[in-house]
Amino acid sequence: MVSTKAQKSIFYRLHIDPWLMFGLFCLMGLSLMTLYSVSPDWVVPQLIRLAIAITVMIVMAQIPPEVYQRWTPAVFIIVVLLLVAVLAFGHTGKGAQRWLDLGFTKFQPSEIMKLIMPFAVAYYISQHTLPVRFKNAFIALIIVIVPTLLIAKQPDLGTSILVASSGIFVLFLSGISWLYIGVAIGAVLAFVPILWFYLMHDYQRTRVMTLFNPEADPLGAGYHIIQSKIAIGSGGVWGKGWQQGTQSQLEFLPERHTDFIFSVYSEEFGFVGILLLLTIYLFIIGRGLWIANQAQDAFTKLVAGSIILTFFVYIFVNIGMVSGLLPVVGVPLALISYGGTSIVTLLAGFGVLMSFNTHKRFNAK
Amino acid sequence: MAKKRINIRNHSAESALFMRRTLVVFLAIIVAMATLITNLYYLQINSFESFQTRSNDNRINVQTVPPNRGLIYDRNGIILAENRPVYSLQVVVKKTKNLKEKIAKLGEMLDLTDKEVESFYSRNRYSRSFKPVLLRDQLSEKEVALFTVNQHLFKGFSIKANLKRYYPFGKAFTHVLGYIAKINSNDLKRIEERGETARYRGTNYIGKLGIEKYYEELLHGKPGQRQVEVDSWGKVIRVLNFIPPIPGKDIKLNIDIQLQLKAQNLLGDTRGSIIVMDTRTGGILSLVSNPSYDPNLFVQGISSKKYNELLNSKDRPLINRATQGRYPPASTIKPQMALLALDTNVITEHTKIKDPGWWIVPGSKRRFRDWKRWGHGEVDVNHAIEQSCDTFFYDASYKIGIDRINPFMESFGFGQYSGLDIGEETKAIMPSREWKRGRYNAPWYDGDTISVGIGQGYWTVTPIQLTQATAILARKGKIITPQILHSIVSDGGAFTPPLQTSQPIVLKDEHYWEIALKAMYGVTNNARGTGHRAFANTTYSVAGKSGTAQVINIAEDEEYDADNISERHRDNAMFVAFAPYESPEIVTTVILENAGGGSSNGAPIVRALFDEYFDQIKPKEQMDDLDG
Repeated sequence: MVSTKAQKSIFYRLHIDPWLMFGLFCLMGLSLMTLYSVSPDWVVPQLIRLAIAITVMIVMAQIPPEVYQRWTPAVFIIVVLLLVAVLAFGHTGKGAQRWLDLGFTKFQPSEIMKLIMPFAVAYYISQHTLPVRFKNAFIALIIVIVPTLLIAKQPDLGTSILVASSGIFVLFLSGISWLYIGVAIGAVLAFVPILWFYLMHDYQRTRVMTLFNPEADPLGAGYHIIQSKIAIGSGGVWGKGWQQGTQSQLEFLPERHTDFIFSVYSEEFGFVGILLLLTIYLFIIGRGLWIANQAQDAFTKLVAGSIILTFFVYIFVNIGMVSGLLPVVGVPLALISYGGTSIVTLLAGFGVLMSFNTHKRFNAK
Repeated sequence: MAKKRINIRNHSAESALFMRRTLVVFLAIIVAMATLITNLYYLQINSFESFQTRSNDNRINVQTVPPNRGLIYDRNGIILAENRPVYSLQVVVKKTKNLKEKIAKLGEMLDLTDKEVESFYSRNRYSRSFKPVLLRDQLSEKEVALFTVNQHLFKGFSIKANLKRYYPFGKAFTHVLGYIAKINSNDLKRIEERGETARYRGTNYIGKLGIEKYYEELLHGKPGQRQVEVDSWGKVIRVLNFIPPIPGKDIKLNIDIQLQLKAQNLLGDTRGSIIVMDTRTGGILSLVSNPSYDPNLFVQGISSKKYNELLNSKDRPLINRATQGRYPPASTIKPQMALLALDTNVITEHTKIKDPGWWIVPGSKRRFRDWKRWGHGEVDVNHAIEQSCDTFFYDASYKIGIDRINPFMESFGFGQYSGLDIGEETKAIMPSREWKRGRYNAPWYDGDTISVGIGQGYWTVTPIQLTQATAILARKGKIITPQILHSIVSDGGAFTPPLQTSQPIVLKDEHYWEIALKAMYGVTNNARGTGHRAFANTTYSVAGKSGTAQVINIAEDEEYDADNISERHRDNAMFVAFAPYESPEIVTTVILENAGGGSSNGAPIVRALFDEYFDQIKPKEQMDDLDG
């Protein structure tokens, strides 16, 4: 891309990456199709959200990387303060405190944290040379853990996982020693039995058991995941056909337009449809990683890499949970699920990627 | 910090490091994706069939469509038990808005009680939102009309018509038809034992008594099935497959409604029973047990207060007196006793005895009184039946002995089930030595035989037994089995009556029948006959026998004074008769509890019934036959 030809291309001047754009539009098309099948009512509001999100993405793409880097510390601190504010005066919805009412609109600071986290960690780490050292890694870890705990306390397990992983990805990409990684994993594994046997109450243990074995409670907590597996499994190779999924059309599936939209898609388009969807995702991830490698400095590389990895985490956690591999935590399917904030944050991330790829200073190297 | 300054940023080394890490990450992503795909492959390809089945189980619901119960007609095709639409008002809560407001408005229109509204809300709490919830049961026609006109104001409210069993003649047929009522745990157990659970799916009612119970198998029918697609709320989306139910068979009874209502009227408030039977077929034309009760109460579900009232009533309305009432047969069995005396050579047609008004067991001082204080004078068998002379039969039965009386009377059906096609029947008691030994652990005394000789003592019969025995007598020994069912209308009127395996009663001399029957003719025709007054100027010939059964034993030498005895201790009046005498068509038994003398009270009722049959019903039937 760093050729004179590319420099002249209209996409380059608009700071847009045509490959990413193509992949994202494919996803949006599948999203609208599936939402239409669930209920035509969802299509127009989703289109409006997509339009807003695309606008945000293009705006983000225009901002040069230096500006991102300069503003990172201030924005991060503000968002952390907002998270504290949410816990203090936030709005309660569906049993969790996530919303901050600004009078004219409500918004979730945790969504912004998802976006700002890789910047913050990358900002700190890139002050030093790579690979990252133990002391720096430890401080970076604190930057990751504080917002994560604040979000987990809301409680919003899904988002806190995404926030934590986006920060940890930066650490990993910054070349943290395999030894530290091994020790960290070992520590976590060692902590699990302590948590299980000494720190958890009986009812919490039962809840966790149900998360991993939904069939034990088919009418209660396990109902959703069982219905979801039935939907996916009964799709077969070719699926039941668009708008023909009985599990979704007859409302056996819960949260059909949001967290469980993958089940709707799998039921109607089958294994073949799933392969198509995963191919598109892999294409976008591949392009994203390529952009990260082409980025000019450590800061942009780390941010870009983390954004694309977080994107993958979205996909993995969502598909894993609706197909019964992972416990159900509220993570939407990236760019397919209905919903405003996650689409805006995701596309804003891709805007950042596009910015990094199209603002190049040729004095470097 | 000092160390950090020494490190000079090496961009190409950092890029290489980043590249390596990215590759690791990319590989990890590939592995993770492969894991997802493997799991999805397992779900969609390997387990496809199992999940497809579960998906179909989710959406396909098999509903049972209960069959309509067969109707019951009388012999003329008049409906005795039908299925009437009953209207109920129901609400699909998810389809309505402002539920409370609408119910308040409806409350004014249909006079909903607070209790109805309250129970609606509590039912609603436990119901899924697309399932209709009952608001008001059993709407009147007027209420249905009122609601239908305003239905557009009540979205989500609808009227549902259910078929409910209805007995239009109320209590007049209860002891014949019985009734159906809600299936209870005992019925369920029986249904399970017979392996008929599938047949009763979707059905709430079952025959509990009478014809409804006896012919349950015929009347019930077979349920159908409707396969429907439902959503997760249970709302039916569409019908996938429908197997219609097979309705129960319509049946026709031998009962003649005109005769039945006439009999019911004739009984009025008197406790008792009337049976009219066709002597040629055994067909029951009328079967009344008084008092009766409204069977419709049981279909709707009777309140425990009302049920207890019926159960504890001194008049015992729940007992079917025609088949379960045990009465001493009294003099009504004298013709059969005479037959036995002749057949055992205890008497001949011409044997005469002197009746001073009492009889003493030879070798004892025990005195048995005749109903006529001053006695009948010289009596032969004809005279003894016509005037119901007790002394003659004391002597005859003493000579016959219980060991010969018992089997002979059993062959007339006494002490046996009549074979009538309703389940509620008692055998009553045809006593014997063994019976007394078993029941009282006491030997049989001669005195016991003397009482049995005039149809008293241990001997009890049911009206249906008496009817059957009289019919067998009228048909000169041919065994007649009473039968309420006439035919199965749905099968084109086909019906095969139960096989008659019983051997007819054969006497040593056929002529003996004539002697007994002629005497019965005398009862209703000769001037000295006990029933002749009631049967003056009939258009048909009648033969009969009166009976006056003591309800309590009156001590020897004590005068029976009806006026001085409390009503419940007065004699039972009985009369059995058949007509025409020459070729019997119908036989009847009338038993009036505590009504007094059989000939004075029973005979006029028999007369009225026979008049109804021969002067009203039969000519009309013949006209219809001619028209046909």
